[in-house]
Amino acid sequence: MSDWRPNIVVFACNWCTYQGADLAGSLRCDYPSTVNIIRVPCSGRVEPEFIVAALKNGADGVFIGGCHPGDCHYREGNHRAIRRFILLKRVLTSMGVEPERVRLEWISGSEGKRFAKVMKEFNETIMALGPNPIGRDGNGR
Amino acid sequence: MSRIGVYVCHCGENIAGAVDVEEVRKYAETLPGVVVARDYLFMCSDPGQELIKQDIRDGLVDRVVVAACTPRTHEPIFRKAVENGGLNKYFFEMANIRDQDSWPHWHDREGATAKAKKLVASAVAKVALLEPLEDRYVDVTRSSLVIGGGVAGMFAALDLANMGYKVYLVEKNPSIGGNMAKLDKTFPTNDCSACILTPIMVQVGTHPNIELLTYSEVESVEGSIGNFKVKVRKKQTYVDWDRCTGCGDCVEACPARVPNEFNEGMDKRKAIYIEFPQAVPKRAVLDIEHCINCAKRAIGTEPRIHSKTGEPILAPCEKACKTGACDRSKPYNPDGEIMELSVGTIIVATGYKVMDKTPFKEYSPQSPNVITAMQLERILSATGPTEGELRRPSDGEKPRTIVFISCVGSRDKNHHTYCSKVCCMYMLKEARLIKEKYPNINIYIFFIDVRTAGKDFEEYYNYCRGLGIKMIRGRVGAVDELAGDRLRVRAYDVDLGVPVELEADLVVLATAIEPAPGLEELGRKLGITCGSEGFMKELHTKLYPVETPVKGIYIAGCAQGPKDIPESVSQARAASSAAAVPLAMGRVLVEPLISEVDQEKCSGCGICVPLCPYLAISMVEYREKPLSRINEALCAGCGVCAAACPSGAITLHGYTSAQIHAQIEALTAGIGGGANV
Repeated sequence: MSDWRPNIVVFACNWCTYQGADLAGSLRCDYPSTVNIIRVPCSGRVEPEFIVAALKNGADGVFIGGCHPGDCHYREGNHRAIRRFILLKRVLTSMGVEPERVRLEWISGSEGKRFAKVMKEFNETIMALGPNPIGRDGNGR
Repeated sequence: MSRIGVYVCHCGENIAGAVDVEEVRKYAETLPGVVVARDYLFMCSDPGQELIKQDIRDGLVDRVVVAACTPRTHEPIFRKAVENGGLNKYFFEMANIRDQDSWPHWHDREGATAKAKKLVASAVAKVALLEPLEDRYVDVTRSSLVIGGGVAGMFAALDLANMGYKVYLVEKNPSIGGNMAKLDKTFPTNDCSACILTPIMVQVGTHPNIELLTYSEVESVEGSIGNFKVKVRKKQTYVDWDRCTGCGDCVEACPARVPNEFNEGMDKRKAIYIEFPQAVPKRAVLDIEHCINCAKRAIGTEPRIHSKTGEPILAPCEKACKTGACDRSKPYNPDGEIMELSVGTIIVATGYKVMDKTPFKEYSPQSPNVITAMQLERILSATGPTEGELRRPSDGEKPRTIVFISCVGSRDKNHHTYCSKVCCMYMLKEARLIKEKYPNINIYIFFIDVRTAGKDFEEYYNYCRGLGIKMIRGRVGAVDELAGDRLRVRAYDVDLGVPVELEADLVVLATAIEPAPGLEELGRKLGITCGSEGFMKELHTKLYPVETPVKGIYIAGCAQGPKDIPESVSQARAASSAAAVPLAMGRVLVEPLISEVDQEKCSGCGICVPLCPYLAISMVEYREKPLSRINEALCAGCGVCAAACPSGAITLHGYTSAQIHAQIEALTAGIGGGANV
């Protein structure tokens, strides 16, 4: 268990967090390589099913990165995202998933350093929580 | 089964330095549907692209994954290659293994390689499910909007106008000219600023293709490249500009005095005023906040009648006006007037503002003899408060010793961490102008570094030193007020390693350049985020320096970051040429990555309708049932509706649920973390 590394899935809005992640790279800001990004056009595109699917498949943490309130490229997609997210968190808690395993943050395209910092933090949170309890191979991990 | 080709880029050492490319390539070969996996030093180069095209032409592959840098810059390049090879260009996906893998995980070769494999697997899973899409084109409105009428905005507008396009130039102040109009001379040639700027202002003001909208601000921006709908508020001037000739008689007559912004608050202007003598358009504006309603003539009221003469009692400004432009009885709308413009492209050139001295308590900002460099610029200018006479503000005496302090608010983690770039040169310029005119004045410049990178700048610096301007390396700790309006400057000379104390008559602070107020709010309206320092961010520092993340919107001048006049003009002319491209093309490509409703699956619940930020969804009768339909001309492709549809009836092309689920599967295969892939 000591060499266990979490598996983190990030849904990154193409207009902000995805750019922020690129910027973290060009600034050579380190963050854990456990972070894997899926590019989406908007945080509002993220279906709750995506998050549930990722967790069921065994992702140890799921992160959604969207534009700061008021900065949405599509006017208000991020508002839709947070409304869904709050509801989903309640459902996940009732399923036995620790609420800290899913996180939503607003990270802009110019916040490369912050992207790296938040990813480090999130990785630490997940490390402390340990493997996801509802992953598909809960027994045979 | 699709035949997928995977192409892994080394990007020189950029990827190969942290990722075992060969291992990734071999792994890609094992993925379902992959028929060939190749690697190359620079995939985006001509031979690299040729590898892809050849495999397509040979019938070997029908879907392409490139594992390289970021799709934000290189997706269009590879899509073109895929198309040239003979495939639909949307049969393409990128795995970002440089910006989001090798670079941030440079010291974790094992982790970076494992992650690269996952990202490739994710892209392969998605590419297998991609569908062919057809590009759409929209016609372009052949006109442009330039926001900001400083030197950058004026050149951008002139270039576009000279190419034959209609240009709307919006400026928030009553006159164009911007900050450059305030400068006395300009480095490195010491050209008189007004002499080189005012003819340009006249050209802009009289150009048949330029519509000047001064004293105006952008209210809202809708639409996208090719067809922006912009609302501009023309602020209320309370003077009929069709009649105003700019004679200035009303200004003379006005009794209300207000600190003069153009002279950096060092003298007073009137409540009714012309911004500066060379203003374009030369028109008067009534600053209603400071109008004292003398003669009890509130705007929109009929004049009282003199009991003896029977004549109406007019305000002094009205009385003085010979053309009837000042007519206070008109029911002016205080909100001004909203104009709606249709433009194809937009250039943001909102310029900068210099930091005020007040935050710098250690430099005695309360003393009138501690001034900003911009204030000194106005003192040196012939149109300034002293008409070009060098006199200190407290008592009008000519100073004998002047101290300049550099990097005030710049390169300072308490204020701005960036270098304002122009301060070293403008301090040298101001010092030189003074020294050439009055060789007996002692001038000291305290600096951290002297940064004179630029054509002919170093020569300028050496010349200034030759004039006897004293340069001292060291930050100034404090400026204290002394009797007789003098100031004591306390600093530490880093080169000699000793404290320095000087007495001066005038202290000039080279305060930082900041983004123009309201830039962030404007960015919101345009959909462009500002960086942490508040300047607008370009799309790519090197390759797309005037483009923004929003197609059809460009930036120029200090809106993007501190820069001098030559750089601002160069950037403005670059922006105008970039903004002219869509106008010249006449039509622009719109990616077909938009949503569509499968009416067979739609239950007609209508959940999607109010969610759409673009009001693109409506309920339309289909087989006697109201079902939702998306207007593809309005859809921008955010996917909010697709995420919300309970029937799974809405597809966002390019980001379908099946495609994203496949990516999730791929990223979570081999559970237990990246190292175990």
